[in-house]
Amino acid sequence: MAKVTIPIGPQHPALKEPERFMVTVEGETIVDADVRIGHTHRGLEKLFEQRTYLQNIHITERICGICSFTHSTNFCQATEYILGAELPRRGLYLRTLMNELERLHSHLLWLGVAGHEMGFDTLLMWSWDDRERVLDLFEDLTGNRVTHAYNTIGGVRRDITDAQVQRVLHTMDILEERTKAYIQVGLNEQTILKRTQGVGILTTADAKRLCAVGPRLRASNVKYDVRKNHPYAAYGELPFDVITSDTLDVHGQLVVRALEILETVKMCRYMMQNLPPGEIRVKVPRKVPPGEAISRTEAPRGEDIHYLRSNGTDKPERLKVRAPTLANILNVAHTLKGANIADIPLIVAGIDPCMGCMDRVLILDRDKETASVMTKEQLREYSIAWYEKEAHR
Amino acid sequence: MNGLESIIYMLVFPGFLFLTSFAFACQYIDRKLYARFQKRVGPPFLQPVADFIKLLSKEDIVPKAADRTMFTAAPIVGLAAVLTAFIFIPVLALHALIPSFEGDLIMVLYLLTIPSLAIFMAGWSSGNPFGQIGGMRAVVQMLSYEIPFFLALLGPALVVGSWSLGKILDYQLGGMWLVLLAPLGLFVAIITLQGKLERLPFDIPDAETEIVGGPMAEYSGRRLALFRAMLDIEMVVGAALIVTLFLGGYDLIISFSDLPWYLPYLVNGVVFFLKVLLIVGILALIKAVVARYRIDQMVSLSYRWMIPLSVAQIIVIVALKFGGWF
Repeated sequence: MAKVTIPIGPQHPALKEPERFMVTVEGETIVDADVRIGHTHRGLEKLFEQRTYLQNIHITERICGICSFTHSTNFCQATEYILGAELPRRGLYLRTLMNELERLHSHLLWLGVAGHEMGFDTLLMWSWDDRERVLDLFEDLTGNRVTHAYNTIGGVRRDITDAQVQRVLHTMDILEERTKAYIQVGLNEQTILKRTQGVGILTTADAKRLCAVGPRLRASNVKYDVRKNHPYAAYGELPFDVITSDTLDVHGQLVVRALEILETVKMCRYMMQNLPPGEIRVKVPRKVPPGEAISRTEAPRGEDIHYLRSNGTDKPERLKVRAPTLANILNVAHTLKGANIADIPLIVAGIDPCMGCMDRVLILDRDKETASVMTKEQLREYSIAWYEKEAHR
Repeated sequence: MNGLESIIYMLVFPGFLFLTSFAFACQYIDRKLYARFQKRVGPPFLQPVADFIKLLSKEDIVPKAADRTMFTAAPIVGLAAVLTAFIFIPVLALHALIPSFEGDLIMVLYLLTIPSLAIFMAGWSSGNPFGQIGGMRAVVQMLSYEIPFFLALLGPALVVGSWSLGKILDYQLGGMWLVLLAPLGLFVAIITLQGKLERLPFDIPDAETEIVGGPMAEYSGRRLALFRAMLDIEMVVGAALIVTLFLGGYDLIISFSDLPWYLPYLVNGVVFFLKVLLIVGILALIKAVVARYRIDQMVSLSYRWMIPLSVAQIIVIVALKFGGWF
């Protein structure tokens, strides 16, 4: 049978954000896959260098629309590391609570998207309906549903009342019950099993070699979670297990995410019942002394890394963001080979891609109206030339 | 049947005009039920009509790479085939009017195959890689659901000993509905009808998240409107065929001999279309509770389960027939 190259993206119903997968198929089987990233580059990292630390909190929140809080947590943490700020325990607990609520809504969102990609729209409608409860909770606690403006360097900006604690606990009860129902569906519905089992297999060795992160890594049976291995915020005090799956496939990711929702519910309950009294933030200076720091968090999609270098002013010299999708996109190109056309959306959606978080370099020439992606060597030469030109650095 | 009556039968009731409106009503019921299953509100009653008119008024584009004749012919031929198929289904008890003849069941089945071929031709001639893959999938899928569908509908014909829809219906009047003898056949027919209509879990040829609507990817405006209408009418015709063969058509078991002459016809008509709506409801329920199969899984489901089940049904019927049960 003849080989046909079909473009998946930049505009494709399976992709919620523009990214390009060139897929060569023979009949229904994929023989080659090529990923081109860079379609949603927004110049954020340059923007960080032009704004003060306080302004940057709000920009980091806008790196991603789903895991907005984990990015701002990361940035605040990196700044706090350089400042050497000691945060009050209540502030840490509230920050952790937000991170976990974000994981709840992100995983419920993924469940719906996965359902949609396999044609199970009913799952999409139901799980997104439950996700609304988490978003309502966000609105209750922070005033906003998506970008919360809740984090700040040195703690969080709003305290939580006893009534709100009760509302969180009430929502957790509902979500726990609903998630158990979804787990029943995910483990027993034949069409879901047929579409996910044995699809997108990434072996443990390949997962380590290709630097997979997050639920994709844990579905490949690697017990790694930043929250457990390198605890930040209040995670060191919380009881929870790292969920892994040995099925290595998309179904494993579904199970890992569903069980993580239950772990998160457990954590949120613990935090609400053992909320320490006291202050929620400490005052920090506006200017950050020279230094550099790396902060890591476990975003819902995987390990998120921020590297910050300060130069003694109130603006950062450099902030590098390594979003989880960038780490995971490598294994997508690998797992696509040998799969079926029908499995493309599921494999791509399996890592819960967030292209907006990931994209960094795309060269656009406005006068010539051309766009090109730079290779590593070109980038390196460009950066050397640029830094030599800029004497002040 | 004289000339005027035939024209009314074909164009007004239960032909073109009524059938189209009823197909829109079925689409509404289907969409509304699907929405309610998903905790959504669903469309208002006239939404299908509004969608149809909107599509008719939209710009109609034929891609440069497409084969213009084939691209235009595909929806028209498909629509004509399903409209013709409905004429042979006995909707009312007006036997004099129904153009029933020995073999019209095969005729209807044949006409119902044409839409699948039209979808294949549409995808193949559109010059779009998604359309071509969708077209290939449509043919592969057709080869797997047509066989069990035909075998399932062979059951009632075997019981009655006739290929005529009218005779099969006559046999069932008074309560001897063939679902009693062929429940497995009904089950297989409904599942494979879902495949024939390319609805979940068998909407593989136009899987939106995989191949962007497949054969429909390049269609827009009037041609797309005709394709949509074709699929709606095909659903009605398929459901009506199943109702006629298994659920006793317009039969309601009760006799109406005391009523004025026109009332039984009215009741019969309502009963028939309510039964069609029941089938449509079942199809909507199936659509709401499953995920999409892959094409290879669909083929294996068909050959491993649907065909053996329909063959088992036929064996049972033949055994009963030789045993002298009916």
